[in-house]
Amino acid sequence: MSADLPALATILPELILAVGALVLLMIGAYAGERSTPAVNVLAVLVLAAAAVAAAFGGGEGTAFGGAFVVDTFARFMKVVAMIASAVAILLAWRFARAERFDRFEFPVLVLLATLGMLVMISANDLITLYLGLEMNSLASYVVAAIHRDNARSSEAGLKYFVLGALSSGMLLYGASLVYGFTGHTGFEPIAAALANGRSIGLVVGLVFVLAGLAFKISAVPFHMWTPDVYEGAPTPVTAFFASAPKLAAMALIIRVVIDAFEPIAPDWQQIIAFIAIASMALGAFAAIGQSNIKRLMAYSSIGHMGFALVGLAAGTEQGVQGVIVYIVIYMVMTLGAFAAILAMRRGGTMVEDISSLAGLARTKPAMAFLLGTILFSLAGIPPLAGFFAKYYVFLAAVQSGLYLLAVIGVVTSVIGAYYYLRIVKVMYFDGPAEGFESLPPELGTVLGVSGALMIAFVVLAGPLVDAAGAAAHSLF
Amino acid sequence: MNWPILSAVTYLPLAGAAIIFFFVRGDSEAVKQNIRIVSLGVTVLTFLVSLLIWWNFDATNPGFQFVEEASWTGTFMTYRMGVDGISMLFVILSTFLMPFCILASWRVIGTRLKEYMVAFLVLETLMIGVFTALDLILFYVFFEAGLIPMFLIIGIWGGPRRVYAAFKFFLYTLLGSVLMLLAMMAMYWDAGTTSIPVLLTHQFPASMQTWLWLAFLASFAVKLPMWPVHTWLPDAHVEAPTAGSVVLAAILLKMGGYGFLRFSLPMFPLASNELAPLIYALSIVAIIYTSLVALMQEDVKKLIAYSSVAHMGFVTMGIFTLTAQGVQGGIFQMLSHGIVSGALFLCVGVIYDRMHTREIDAYGGLVNRMPWYAFAFMVFTMANVGLPGTSGFVGEFLTLIGAFQANTWVAVLATTGVILSACYALWLYRRVIFGKLEKASLAGILDLSLREKVILVPLIALTILFGVYPRPIMDVTAVSVDNLIHNYKTAVADDAAATLAKR
Repeated sequence: MSADLPALATILPELILAVGALVLLMIGAYAGERSTPAVNVLAVLVLAAAAVAAAFGGGEGTAFGGAFVVDTFARFMKVVAMIASAVAILLAWRFARAERFDRFEFPVLVLLATLGMLVMISANDLITLYLGLEMNSLASYVVAAIHRDNARSSEAGLKYFVLGALSSGMLLYGASLVYGFTGHTGFEPIAAALANGRSIGLVVGLVFVLAGLAFKISAVPFHMWTPDVYEGAPTPVTAFFASAPKLAAMALIIRVVIDAFEPIAPDWQQIIAFIAIASMALGAFAAIGQSNIKRLMAYSSIGHMGFALVGLAAGTEQGVQGVIVYIVIYMVMTLGAFAAILAMRRGGTMVEDISSLAGLARTKPAMAFLLGTILFSLAGIPPLAGFFAKYYVFLAAVQSGLYLLAVIGVVTSVIGAYYYLRIVKVMYFDGPAEGFESLPPELGTVLGVSGALMIAFVVLAGPLVDAAGAAAHSLF
Repeated sequence: MNWPILSAVTYLPLAGAAIIFFFVRGDSEAVKQNIRIVSLGVTVLTFLVSLLIWWNFDATNPGFQFVEEASWTGTFMTYRMGVDGISMLFVILSTFLMPFCILASWRVIGTRLKEYMVAFLVLETLMIGVFTALDLILFYVFFEAGLIPMFLIIGIWGGPRRVYAAFKFFLYTLLGSVLMLLAMMAMYWDAGTTSIPVLLTHQFPASMQTWLWLAFLASFAVKLPMWPVHTWLPDAHVEAPTAGSVVLAAILLKMGGYGFLRFSLPMFPLASNELAPLIYALSIVAIIYTSLVALMQEDVKKLIAYSSVAHMGFVTMGIFTLTAQGVQGGIFQMLSHGIVSGALFLCVGVIYDRMHTREIDAYGGLVNRMPWYAFAFMVFTMANVGLPGTSGFVGEFLTLIGAFQANTWVAVLATTGVILSACYALWLYRRVIFGKLEKASLAGILDLSLREKVILVPLIALTILFGVYPRPIMDVTAVSVDNLIHNYKTAVADDAAATLAKR
């Protein structure tokens, strides 16, 4: 078995996370609830160590007989996913204590979910894909219901679990069809088998696989769980769901369609294009009527996944680069927006109504400015980062001649701009409501960094775009 | 010039905004005074530096001058600035009008002064950037980013229906612009670059030109605005604070006309040639229809807003006559309208600040109490009508000459617009200024203060100066316009020859 030893270097980040999570679980189990602060800090450190290992550890190549692959794409996405998870732990800490669900299990579960994400990102085989996805999902179901004394949180967890199990079933069914019609589970062998044409049964399998994956990024028509889970789960958990898992699932979709189903690109391009259009349209229209800001963010995330998929529908290296840039910028925006939402506290409880932001520009000018910047960025207005995110995906769509998709995309982005502007209007144009409690430092930092990055992207875009380009290149 | 003068002019206001944003704290009267002084100082300094551009401008060079290049965001776009005879004067117009906007807001803006001045200074940077950018995406970034400060200016400091007006302004303009963005992407994939100087020499396939032209029209027609997508303008004008209306009328509208000259005409000559009749039709409707609408207005600002749409009709008509006179006239009309409409909104601001109403019926007989004001308002009314001797005449006359060469009927119909503009403008003047001062509320109204005189006198001087001596402007634009027309004619002739050869 000495031939497999180099594989340890390849899976070093995953090893760090797995061992770290188990150790922290032991600490928590033996030391009890009072260890929670320490476990939180240690979990962030474990994530940092794993991120460093992923970024600088070298060890590109495959492991476990080609079922697990580490390339530039995987390393880039892993680092970003781990940063997002660490920020989510950071955001949760004070909130959990105030709402009395500050259990040591939360950071441990986030670590395990993140481990699942890393496996998803590196999956090069249908089996690995399923393992990673389930690891991430199972941890997520529990995290959604972590506030177990709260009926809404439990309901969210249950809903997420039932619908998630359904989607896993579809995914497995699709995977078995793909295996049945190609005789392989590895992505490269599948692609090789498809080079000589495909049967209709395989297309059915492809549809099921994509349906299962679309559930994970909450793309229409598999989005139904999102608004309820986003609204019901504790806010920091929602922040977590909206960021890292989306990124990992998007990475997984990219790898599946580009690596495994590359030879039948026209087949999946139609599916992705349809999902993209439906998601953009639903995200734009359904969010207009929302008054709860978490629900609004749920529809917003559905719409944004649609925009990201526009790049994938192009099916080119350019397009994948666009998706990567999009999803990273989206993640930064979302975490910033949720930091602001978490700061919406009045009299010791959380308020979630958009109208409670009224006159924020008077009571808390800095917070209003940063949140306003993020909202304009989400709407895709230059010179903010959100504009460049949309720019790169639509650039790829136009290159591939997907004009109709691009036109529908930009028109829905204008419709979507309306509801972001509505929040800006409430903050800036309306008379002040009662002020919020003072902004905790960690929320202020996340919000500040996110807002500053939105503005600074116009000058600092080079490194991210180039890194995304290198990551996309490694897939082709 | 071995220092980046264009970037300096563009980002000076932004630096001023940053100073106010980060370093000025507090809400006392002294702090507010500091904010005002810093804003005024920055805008005046920007204007003075921008005069260096005019001073060093080589009017015999048809190409771009003061060009700056730097790498920006990887391989897809470049930071590239430059001006030619078409864009240079718009830069000067922007920098020239901003100090007046700051002065006009001196006492009126009581609440949230800091945000107000920051928004205006940021807006100035973005406006100048639109005229100096020589990269498609850079242009788009400046063009669109201006929506954010203007949205806030209308929405925070505007009138009673400000929220409606701000949303309408934002969404209308955004919808037009995103289609232009897609066209820009298609241009990038066809030409392999976003550099405007290179794209000006690139030949786009004829079939593609029509689509690209229409996409650009979607953006510029909304921005300019052209009939039938002008309906955001009266709302935005009426609700915006005085300085906001001035910037909107004087500069933001000109971005549309500038866009036609920079992109539609030289980059898509075949489509322009083919679709010019469409523009004529829209322009004629704009000139006649909106003039008639202006006649019926009860609100001073709304009347001037509709008159702006009519005047922009002359601009689009002149530009798409594709003659040297028409294009020159279009540019002159834009610059003149920038000064005159800006001044008219400032005049409305003067009486609005005193009476807090824009209803025409609320006024009458102002000449008895406000002779200075009556004089200033008269000069600008005459310029708006296009009386010879004012700058308004030169532009309208040239565009009509151009139109006469292109299509006599267009010229005839457009000339009725001149008559109609006399009707609504003079009638407005009569109702507001002349007659007996009967209304009790007006009995104590005061004439122009020193600050208001400082604002209006330079504008009066320029209106008359450019009316009797338009050469400084014509000299700057002539060579670039000739070059533009020459390239256009060559492209159309080449295409005709190619079509002939195919037969």
